Amino acid sequence: MKYLSEFRSPEIVEALLKEIRETVKGNWNIMEVCGGQTHSLVKNGILNMLPANIQMVHGPGCPVCVTPVNLIDKAVHLAMEHKVILCSYGDMIRVPGSGMSLLEAKSKGADVRILYSPLEAVNIAKENPGREVVFFAVGFETTAPANALSVIQAYQSGVKNYSILTSHVLVPPAIEAIMSDKECEVDAFLGAGHVCAIMGMSEYYPIVEKYKIPIVITGFEPVDLLEGILATVKQLENGEYRLENQYTRIVEAAGNTSAIKAIDQVFEVTDREWRGIGEIASSGYGVKDKYSAYDAMKKFKFDMAESHEDPTCMSGDIMKGKIKPNQCPNFGTKCTPVQPLGAPMVSSEGACAAYYYFNMITVEEVI
Amino acid sequence: MQLSCPLPKLDFDTINLGHGSGGTLTSQLLDAGVFKLLENELLNKKHDGAIFNLDGKVAMSTDTYVVSPIFFEGGNIGDLAINGTINDLAMCGAAAKYLTLGFVLEEGLKMTEFWEILLSIKAACEAAGVNIVTGDTKVVERGKGDKIFINTTGIGTVHPKAKIDAENIKAGDKIILSGPLARHGITIMSHRQGLQFESTISSDTRPLNKIVLSLLDEFGEKIRFLRDPTRGGLATVLNEIAAGAKLGIDIAQKNMSVEEEVSGACEMLGLDPMYVANEGLFVAVVDATVADAVLYRLSEWEHGAMASIIGEMTTDHPRQVIMKSLIGGRRVVNMLPGEQLPRIC
Repeated sequence: MKYLSEFRSPEIVEALLKEIRETVKGNWNIMEVCGGQTHSLVKNGILNMLPANIQMVHGPGCPVCVTPVNLIDKAVHLAMEHKVILCSYGDMIRVPGSGMSLLEAKSKGADVRILYSPLEAVNIAKENPGREVVFFAVGFETTAPANALSVIQAYQSGVKNYSILTSHVLVPPAIEAIMSDKECEVDAFLGAGHVCAIMGMSEYYPIVEKYKIPIVITGFEPVDLLEGILATVKQLENGEYRLENQYTRIVEAAGNTSAIKAIDQVFEVTDREWRGIGEIASSGYGVKDKYSAYDAMKKFKFDMAESHEDPTCMSGDIMKGKIKPNQCPNFGTKCTPVQPLGAPMVSSEGACAAYYYFNMITVEEVI
Repeated sequence: MQLSCPLPKLDFDTINLGHGSGGTLTSQLLDAGVFKLLENELLNKKHDGAIFNLDGKVAMSTDTYVVSPIFFEGGNIGDLAINGTINDLAMCGAAAKYLTLGFVLEEGLKMTEFWEILLSIKAACEAAGVNIVTGDTKVVERGKGDKIFINTTGIGTVHPKAKIDAENIKAGDKIILSGPLARHGITIMSHRQGLQFESTISSDTRPLNKIVLSLLDEFGEKIRFLRDPTRGGLATVLNEIAAGAKLGIDIAQKNMSVEEEVSGACEMLGLDPMYVANEGLFVAVVDATVADAVLYRLSEWEHGAMASIIGEMTTDHPRQVIMKSLIGGRRVVNMLPGEQLPRIC
């Protein structure tokens, strides 16, 4: 497959691993921010191929994992009490809320639909003029343009029974939050390739300078990841810190300007609560006043009980890179993808699920 | 699908509740449709059950088909229901002989659609050499079903040389996959609501009885175990084999074939082909001494061009399936918990 097979070539991978082994001298903790990168590292067995003195630390870049439990409860509330057609990306529906997940709500009769695009939800709204349709708009900067477009489309075509329940979060403030944690031991970051494809590179220069830390914007295939790791290690070994772009085939310095335009039209930066991490200032998107008729938070009354987390879930420490999933006492025992305590065990991009599915060899060794 | 048999003249163009009443309308539907189309000596008696002799060891299997959409590239719920049960028996080393056919029809199902499904059932029975010998038809109110559900139960005699049992599997046995992964599941996914990418991917639904029985003829008990990786996909079946044999499994990703279009669709949808359903594929665990010969026989089969030895049984890591990834890393392949949900970015 063009653009894929060359980035999965065993020969290139072996050559990169050799160069990494020859380059690395110190002990380095490198955080891959994006859950897609975590997934690829584990799924391809890369974690077990790296030299022992390179530790990959798994970051908070799984949008499903950081969506606050309160918002999941709100989605369930909309589906169960307001009887809306609640549309969501598939990953979201198994994530446990305080009372139940959207999947459980569906089994209790709620109209929950799994979609691949919010634009489909606008069509559902057009086809069901007598019902309210809400799209559960979660994600990082990557999914924001499509969610914004859905609002613009609904606005322009006069669809009034459509709204979005937003939980957009942003990568740069998350990196800052991790770096400003006193216990942070991260030496460098692999930047999230697809986020930068939308937003470009400019947001990361100040972070590199402020924390004197290498950031290498990196893709998702094995060759991408190893190139990113190699570039990071070279900087670390030379005592340098720069922003580099490994993912040049996708990421341009200015990002995707029309996508950014759509985001700016509908969203504004706001404070956000991150599940497991807490509130981070200016770390997400909210719907601008002009489009408040499409903001489910304003459109509906949420007369519901207070949300609560399972206190034994350690996902916050995992997402901040303080512990690995298999160091959690509940991992694989009290917490599995079938009976998850927290979101990282559910989402395909969650670090716990990635370890559960693909990495049990290490788990057994640890336990 | 050739619509060579025209739809019989019926008084209604959709199924209504009367067609499940057991009265006149049921008789009319069955006489004009099911009985005529699928006729054979046993079915012609129109009794509530079928009476017959079978010699030797017998295998039996049942399965219920609720696929949505009911028509898809490469087949429909009708041939799926026949092939599926035939294949479940084939995986026991048995030649399906007689099938029961139970319909749950939803009020409002178009008669033309029902007829097309019946024609596919007839064609699938003929292709596999099996007869429908008894059945049942019920109709549920609109909204209480999803157009049509089908149950088939099959019975057949076990091949005299067959000794299919996970307990017979030994370390060193080779694992053969009969063709490319994930075609059926991706075909269905591409039809489901909201998925708008166009593709020419078609389901791999087909009967496996003839190829499996010919392998048993030639290799007998050296074919240790057979499974068709339907729901849950290859990953689930391999885990079941490892658990049943109390052994580990080592497989190599590079030996598993996935057609390019299917692979592309999986990338887009965030699905792992190892967890996607197949309908005309089987996994054979065979004695290492005959593995190459089995593979050669499979390569002669019209659907076996992409068959391959994907791995082997090992005493290392019992009950665990470990895959060497394309780039040479090793990772565990676990069972799928619940439905495989697509990722969001």
